[in-house]
Amino acid sequence: MSPLEKVQEQFTAAIIETHSFRGDETAVIRPESLLAVAKFLKETPELDFNFLMDVTAVDYLFFAGGRIQKEFRFEMVYHFFSLKHNHRIRIKVPVDEKNLEVDTLNSLWVSADWYEREVWDMFGIKFKGHPNLKRILMYEEFVGHALRKDYPVNKRQPLIGPQN
Amino acid sequence: MSFLSSPTGFITTSFNDALGWARKFSIFQYPFVTACCGMEYMATNCSHYDQDRFGAGFPRFSPRQSDVLFVVGTISHKMAPILKTVHDQMCEPKWVVAFGVCTCTGGFYDNYSTVMGIDTIIPVDIYIPGCPPRPENVLDGLIKLQEKIQKGEQSRILYDPRTRIGRPAELQSGYSIEGHIKHIESVS
Repeated sequence: MSPLEKVQEQFTAAIIETHSFRGDETAVIRPESLLAVAKFLKETPELDFNFLMDVTAVDYLFFAGGRIQKEFRFEMVYHFFSLKHNHRIRIKVPVDEKNLEVDTLNSLWVSADWYEREVWDMFGIKFKGHPNLKRILMYEEFVGHALRKDYPVNKRQPLIGPQN
Repeated sequence: MSFLSSPTGFITTSFNDALGWARKFSIFQYPFVTACCGMEYMATNCSHYDQDRFGAGFPRFSPRQSDVLFVVGTISHKMAPILKTVHDQMCEPKWVVAFGVCTCTGGFYDNYSTVMGIDTIIPVDIYIPGCPPRPENVLDGLIKLQEKIQKGEQSRILYDPRTRIGRPAELQSGYSIEGHIKHIESVS
């Protein structure tokens, strides 16, 4: 039984969509069940996802040149890996623009700390319960979130030197 | 008028010549290495190319003890105030070398995070473009710097993007995000 099938079996109601292509398995889940799914992934012995490889986000504003309209603007993407079983899973969580908040995974994987700070810095998604949610790459004086698709491509905010 | 020039006669000029000669063969450099150009900088410093032949083989990791600031690699807006502080801490006379195209003009970065040429924040004496520049190119730049030191010349002006004064003409046109968007729109 693959990790994706296990998750599907356990969280039938929480799963919006699944995808599997040549062993790359993805599950799109509802934001409110993220913590429960993550806990299940980490603490079930047959899954044992002890390595949080990556946390990032996607901004679907103007996706495919505006031809594809998504229900939610943002999507969180988590990549998990099990060193013991050598298997992987990708979890995606849609995030609504009106409620830009997701649960932090800091309590399960400490490495989520900086990844989530990066997502906050670049996309402006907040993490409920994060102990130190501040910018990690940009400076505190920076206004806005640089990787959002509506951040003006020409906008510069230098600390010193000529303005624009 | 440069810092070495003097209105008095022959003896002073000769003294300045001797001073310039001494200075150009004992460059104490401060390597401000932030990115991949650093590898090429190290290659230039190592035995195969050997910057020490030109008297510039002794990097000082304190700005107070150095004459030449080598800015090697991309400078981000977050880093810019630190670079300015390091430059301010150096004692006169001081020179600045922009190593690699990112420090010269911003290179292929035209985005929210990158300084479009360090000459917008500190005066630059020698530009060594290239991504990264070959060691031969660096040595060429170093020899040009030595000529400048011999003459007692120092750059004092900053580049102003509006008037386009303060940067060599060869480095004026480069990558820009507007041009890139125009290119994509013309292709699709």
